[in-house]
Amino acid sequence: MTEFEPISALIGGGLIGVAASLLLLANGRIAGVSGILGRTLAFESGQHAWRVLFLLGLPVGAGFVGWVQGGLVTDISASTPVLIVAGLFVGFGTRLGNGCTSGHGVCGMARGSRRSLAATCTFMITAALVVFVVRHVLGGSL
Amino acid sequence: MKSASATLAGILFGAGLAISQMTNPNKVLSFLDLFGGWDPSLALVMGAALAVSALGYRVARNREASFLGEPFDLPVPSGIDRRLIAGAALFGIGWGLAGFCPGPAIAAIATGHLPVVIFVCAMVVGMLLFQYAETMRAHRS
Repeated sequence: MTEFEPISALIGGGLIGVAASLLLLANGRIAGVSGILGRTLAFESGQHAWRVLFLLGLPVGAGFVGWVQGGLVTDISASTPVLIVAGLFVGFGTRLGNGCTSGHGVCGMARGSRRSLAATCTFMITAALVVFVVRHVLGGSL
Repeated sequence: MKSASATLAGILFGAGLAISQMTNPNKVLSFLDLFGGWDPSLALVMGAALAVSALGYRVARNREASFLGEPFDLPVPSGIDRRLIAGAALFGIGWGLAGFCPGPAIAAIATGHLPVVIFVCAMVVGMLLFQYAETMRAHRS
């Protein structure tokens, strides 16, 4: 369980929105992390530099905040085998479904895309069901 | 300039994820867990991000090209198909198991924690598997 922290949620969320708007208005691109990583891995021609720089920026920005705050909390309860399975599902699923929380959940919904709304509802409901099964049916973490 | 703006966007995105603690899987799972001391933080993070992005999109919509003269590369509107729903469901399973989605996982590499690196590596393998499957499919048809 974690505390509800509305102020940091709104500030952090707003900053994510600023970042997505910047990438759109300056580079003409959608800030969908899975798409950017997937296309980087596919070595799509001519557009490599901005993708790699954007991806490298993510840990730099998070690391800076961690440095200012005196540490970043990453409380992971899943075991290594579960993390591996989860990573495979997230990687394959986001490419098949053409987006993740950032591409569909933020950028797509901001454009009023029906596809993104359907995808976001689907992954939210599926994830909530999995958490319910893990925490309340199987009684804890895997 | 294009490189600078992409780098800055990445840094701001990562900072936003860290400030809102989306880099903490337990925080994300506490949002997804509706029956155990629900933490609605993620909804506010998404709501705030959506509101600001929607403003950015409104500005973009009235322009021919980006401020740096780049064409807008936006997805062409298309229907809701089986691939979209199956992909989103698979992603949801992984997200619910680990509490990590792609952006926060990559940002959390900053912590240097081994489990984060393991998750990101598995995610990359998952994406490569998808690419391989797509290539195979294209060959067959």
